[in-house]
Amino acid sequence: MSIFVNKDTKVLVQGITGNEGSFHTRQCVSYGTRIVAGVTPGKGGQKLDDIPVFNTVARAAEQTGATASLIFVPPPFGADAIMEAADAGISLIVAVTEGIPILDMVKVKNFLRRKDCRLIGPNCPGIITPEECKIGIMPGMIHAKGNVGVISRSGTLTYEVVDQLTKLGMGQSTCIGIGGDPVNGTSFIDVLSAFEADPDTHGIVMVGEIGGSAEEEAAAYIKAHVTKPVVGFIAGLTAPPGRRMGHAGAIISGSSGTGEAKLKAFEENGIHVCDNLGLIGRICKDVF
Amino acid sequence: MKIHEYQAKELFRQYQVPVPEGRPAFSVEEAVDTAKAMGGFPVVVKAQIHAGGRGKGGGVKLAHSLEEVQDLAGQMLGMTLVTHQTGPAGRLVKKLFIEAGQQIEKELYLSLLMDRATATVVIMASRDGGMDIEEVAAKTPERIIKIHVDPLMGIQGYQLRRAGFGLELPPAAMKAFSSLLTNLYKFFVANDCSLVEINPLILTSDQQVMALDAKVDFDSNALFRHKDLLALRDLDEEDPMEVEASKYDLNYINLDGNVGNIVNGAGLAMATMDIIKKAGATPANFMDVGGGASSEQVENAFRIILADKKVKAVLINIFGGILRCDIFAKGVVESAKKTGITVPVVVRMEGTNVEEGRRILADSTLNLTSASDLSDAAQKIAAAVN
Repeated sequence: MSIFVNKDTKVLVQGITGNEGSFHTRQCVSYGTRIVAGVTPGKGGQKLDDIPVFNTVARAAEQTGATASLIFVPPPFGADAIMEAADAGISLIVAVTEGIPILDMVKVKNFLRRKDCRLIGPNCPGIITPEECKIGIMPGMIHAKGNVGVISRSGTLTYEVVDQLTKLGMGQSTCIGIGGDPVNGTSFIDVLSAFEADPDTHGIVMVGEIGGSAEEEAAAYIKAHVTKPVVGFIAGLTAPPGRRMGHAGAIISGSSGTGEAKLKAFEENGIHVCDNLGLIGRICKDVF
Repeated sequence: MKIHEYQAKELFRQYQVPVPEGRPAFSVEEAVDTAKAMGGFPVVVKAQIHAGGRGKGGGVKLAHSLEEVQDLAGQMLGMTLVTHQTGPAGRLVKKLFIEAGQQIEKELYLSLLMDRATATVVIMASRDGGMDIEEVAAKTPERIIKIHVDPLMGIQGYQLRRAGFGLELPPAAMKAFSSLLTNLYKFFVANDCSLVEINPLILTSDQQVMALDAKVDFDSNALFRHKDLLALRDLDEEDPMEVEASKYDLNYINLDGNVGNIVNGAGLAMATMDIIKKAGATPANFMDVGGGASSEQVENAFRIILADKKVKAVLINIFGGILRCDIFAKGVVESAKKTGITVPVVVRMEGTNVEEGRRILADSTLNLTSASDLSDAAQKIAAAVN
């Protein structure tokens, strides 16, 4: 088993005809993902390889039965694309787009409360269930099927963690990047509860970073609700306050969002803390 | 993107958020002329830098005559202002704001910011104006009023009343305060602000409310739809190397250490800084070339890092996903050929096309040290500088 996606998930791609959209669609297809449709307004009727392109998400979903969407549209149109997918009844929306204004995301977040769907991202690498389904931009070949669940706010940092796990013989049930923006869809807690319920996930790696309080909230949740072992890592312990560290959400504001506070929350709530990225694979090997 | 107080107040005026009469001045003569034109004393001479705590640092002073304006302006322009927010290096003062003095009855605090946890705009108000709000929050949290505004609904009447009565404003000032807060919320939303802070907001002896200070920060991701605001960016307030990096869409932050580093992806870049520190060295910068950087961007990143005089060694850490290792390696080779490598460079690459990337670097005859994994890279870079 796995969480949120598997080999049967039918996926459409919003922004399929753009450079990034078409490149990553082909990567997903070659990984084995069932990409059944694309959407680019004004290009309905065209094809990308064998994949039909539609003008609207509603039409694409109705014609192909897609239940998940992967979004590559540019930031000014990102919020609109997410809302279009939600309104068309798509149940899993993965938004890769980086740079969506926070006010747009605040509105989207409130809009989605009235819809029955899950948003992953934005500004995220996506979700992968190894050897079954990859909806995102992560390099497929570093993953292997197995029993470790991975959750992260980052992209390449997650690849680093996954690579170490795979090289030490620990495959993954599902890996999810929830994104580096201050306001996002799926939270650490949503994913933790799904991993806890998934019989094939035996251990969890949680990769956080400075900014906000999501890691602290997740740590309290773990203590109360998660029985599986969790290894935690925080990036940005040396980051200066008040500066945006690449990700829009990675910023220490005054005394809130520091790495020290997050590590402390991890330690106090029974999470196995890794304080050296070079060793995270080994620590997982010891703990799981 | 931050702006100056004088710019923020000009925007406030456009949104009918009351502010005292005032104008910017860029020279002593201009300061004197402005004070003369305002026709009354006292006036306040305020240094304009992008940092708080200016009053305590000596950057806000009262003048009772034109001579005093002249003296103060002369002292402030060109001075290095050090506040708790500037760091010990301080900031060079190049601009002033001359403002009419006010009869203050009460100093209050008012701010609007994006609350990431609840996905709402939060209004924070307090009777303890003029103080550091973090300190108020830590010591007397009950003295801060927090009101969450649903962005789909906008600000409501009862929320205005909660803020106004919570601040214990006199009845005569309530209407003016409601209008100020309504307009401030409009300004916040219309311009994609991430923070608007008025500290202090004052109640004058004739029961007016107005913004005595103004701190505004815009969401950089939204500037594409606010071309007018781009003109307010002040490059003097930014690190010249950071300005250079921003031209190529590189996420770069200049720091104090001596280990330069180039990484793809923000999370990995932060973790790389941490591992450098862990190994006993100090990062000279944060540099994220992005998940999908081009070889030209890599070349510029390398050039900027090598131009930094305090850099004694460079660690390159790339996990190739979208950015392929061969593309990255080509960028490094191109840049090294142009600028020449004068310090030890340790390279650690993993991911897509890594063999091809390693071959390009090996064939280049550049003097690079390769690392087998992250721990190895951290050890090698620390050895190079210590």
